[in-house]
Amino acid sequence: MPYIPLEEHLPGITGLLEYRKDSAQPIRELTQILLRGQSTFTEGERELIATVVSSGNNCTFCTTAHTAAADLLIGNTETAKKVKEDINTAPVSGKMKALLTIASMVRESGKSVTPEAIQKAKDEGATDVEIHDTVLIAALFCLYNRYVDGLATALPDDSGYFNVLANRLVRHGYTRLPQGYDHLKKEKI
Amino acid sequence: MAFIDLQKDLPGIRGPMAFRPETAKPLNELAEVLLHDDNNTLSRGEREMIGAYVSSQNDCFYCQNVHGALAQHYFQCDIPFIDAIKKDYQSAPISDKLKALLAIAGSVQKGGKYVTPEQVEHARTFGATDREIHDTVLIAAAFCMFNRYVDGLNTRAPQDRQLYVDRAKIRAEEGYADLNVYK
Repeated sequence: MPYIPLEEHLPGITGLLEYRKDSAQPIRELTQILLRGQSTFTEGERELIATVVSSGNNCTFCTTAHTAAADLLIGNTETAKKVKEDINTAPVSGKMKALLTIASMVRESGKSVTPEAIQKAKDEGATDVEIHDTVLIAALFCLYNRYVDGLATALPDDSGYFNVLANRLVRHGYTRLPQGYDHLKKEKI
Repeated sequence: MAFIDLQKDLPGIRGPMAFRPETAKPLNELAEVLLHDDNNTLSRGEREMIGAYVSSQNDCFYCQNVHGALAQHYFQCDIPFIDAIKKDYQSAPISDKLKALLAIAGSVQKGGKYVTPEQVEHARTFGATDREIHDTVLIAAAFCMFNRYVDGLNTRAPQDRQLYVDRAKIRAEEGYADLNVYK
């Protein structure tokens, strides 16, 4: 049971973003810029950063949602799965390994990021903007994970939910649907 | 030295905000709606104190001094008063409701799952509303982001704490929405 009254048809973060729309707006905008805006990263790579951080924070809703989005964008389920198990042996580039390592450090604490980890990413060809965005995406998901679990939001009853959500995140992105989310009530039997 | 070339020598979060203005805008808008907007039953001082407390738990020198100075400005107190809250809020002369909310914020700092139903219930017995509990969790979560952004890029923090106190008044007046990082 969530600690505050949230709409039942909106599990996880989705109910929170509708609970207080004025605080949701900048969070949505920041996410849209970082995960879908112009970038030298692919959208799949950025979803992997979100997935690794959410997984490290044991946030089930966020991990499942961003794994599903990464799977859809990358076109397989192996990459996200392996990245969550062990960054170093996952089937991603040396640069992504170094950046995912930085993201994991940020997840622990900003102070856990080492000059060596930054140097490694630079040696693998990461740009300053890529390092910046990696740190900020990881920090943003530390916000999301705490927001979702700190208010004890619900998981969806239907496991198919995350496929629908991932499709929305891939096709529409992170901005609020213009029509809101009342149509999702009808889909719940 | 910051881990990346921020191009301008600005302290704390202002460095990466100047480096990437596109993401600075929603970051400042979030700070505005959570900390400065008066459409809130928690006072600005209480909200800044939650931010300062979480920042101190995250050992982020820059953020805890910026927001501690803001809380100090609103509370009309001195640095030792804010330091005493950060060190041991249970013994500080603040309301029971704020103590209960700081307990929730402290749990959020460790991880969302550390917040307990008992902590939430305890806050309610001192009059905390749903919206106040929501805002406490989101402010604490937001500072877990801001602190990581500031320290994860190894930004520079001025060590003279009076500098932060001197800047608090203008920030209280202007808010965060149209923050000029160069000023």
